[in-house]
Amino acid sequence: MSTKDPSRGLLVSPIRNGTVIDHITAGEALNVLRILGITGSTRECLSIATNVESKRMRKKDIVKIENWELRTEEVDRIALLAPQAKINIIRDYRVVEMKGVEIPKVLKGVVRCPNPGCITNTNEPVESTFEVLPKGLHCLYCDWLIKDDIANHII
Amino acid sequence: MYHIISIRDFERRDLDYLLDRAQEFDTGDYRPGILDDKLVALLFFEPSTRTRMSFATAMARLGGRSISVDSVEASSIVKGETLADTIRVVSGYADAIVLRHPKEGAARLASEFASVPVINAGDGAGQHPSQTLLDLYTIRQSMPIDGIDVGLLGDLRYGRTAHSLALALSLYGVTLHTIAPRGLEMPANIALELRERGMEVVEHPNVEEAIRELDVLYVTRIQRERFPDSASYYNVASSYRITADLLAAVKDHLMILHPLPRAGEIDPAVDRTPYARYFEQARNGVPIRMALLHEVMK
Repeated sequence: MSTKDPSRGLLVSPIRNGTVIDHITAGEALNVLRILGITGSTRECLSIATNVESKRMRKKDIVKIENWELRTEEVDRIALLAPQAKINIIRDYRVVEMKGVEIPKVLKGVVRCPNPGCITNTNEPVESTFEVLPKGLHCLYCDWLIKDDIANHII
Repeated sequence: MYHIISIRDFERRDLDYLLDRAQEFDTGDYRPGILDDKLVALLFFEPSTRTRMSFATAMARLGGRSISVDSVEASSIVKGETLADTIRVVSGYADAIVLRHPKEGAARLASEFASVPVINAGDGAGQHPSQTLLDLYTIRQSMPIDGIDVGLLGDLRYGRTAHSLALALSLYGVTLHTIAPRGLEMPANIALELRERGMEVVEHPNVEEAIRELDVLYVTRIQRERFPDSASYYNVASSYRITADLLAAVKDHLMILHPLPRAGEIDPAVDRTPYARYFEQARNGVPIRMALLHEVMK
């Protein structure tokens, strides 16, 4: 007879190769998937856990994506939504790389400027560029300040 | 390479230096023909009378010449050319570019693609640094800027001249008095930035309450298109009109400024009072732009 406590079973199974994004701010997992461009039609095996109990964060979200390794610009985007997130790169069931996320000082091509009059919202060959300030994101072209609801402006 | 894009890029000493240089040009203290081998391109993709003419006048007074595009219709923009390409091409023709464009951040973009200096002559609701410099210059002609009380009256939400001037004045220990119709108040993030820069910002419900404290009253146009209908515009506009009667108990040295054009905010009767300095202010566009053109091309 098994002594394993069924109430402590695995929420999602381990993945062989891919990425586990842990310690996502509770409720932001779907936004993380959105900014990674992962939709319902993705072919990869995808596991999402939301509002999981966490000692450090009380509640957190977790995303596991098979056969997917994050690029730097994707990490920047995640940092905006979930600054405490931890990214684990898995190869053959082993964690080969574990890193935190860090919001860069300047975000290029990550956030769309909400100002319709901004030159970055035209056909000009420039990327949106925001400096990250304590009070929000400051557009270096038009001086617009994004103070909240940053997820909605991520490209 | 020296671009003039935003008043945010300037420190106090940069502003003072340019104001000093403008004064030298104003008093004729410069070598005639000092830019006689230079050519400036005036790219105006938005209507402008005084800014374009004063840049052309300034260049002519320095002995240089100007080439210009006066409208979008007359440019390759209608063929779908980007501003970036236009700037790269014109960089090959001229020694500097003066740009007026309807999009905010256009001058910053232009400076990234230009191989010659760019001067921002207004980008949408964004920055217009030469206007701010001539505003400062006009104040400084009458009084030291440090520590004075300046009132900003009118559309403080969309008015780029008011924002730029407020940012510049924050470098001079000025107390700012804001008087704006409901809905056209200064955006909270700009007021916060001014306070973070150490500026005292005082909001007033009407001009009558503030005007006796002021050394300078800076009036901006209340734009009709910001209101849902003509009646609400006239209702607001009439309550923000400067009349000679209103000036009965002001400080003797009060100066009233306006970036012009005006649309009824200042009664023409005020023009005849010693407080009216807006035409002098407009004239000061020439020495300021002489200083800027010389600075980027010397």
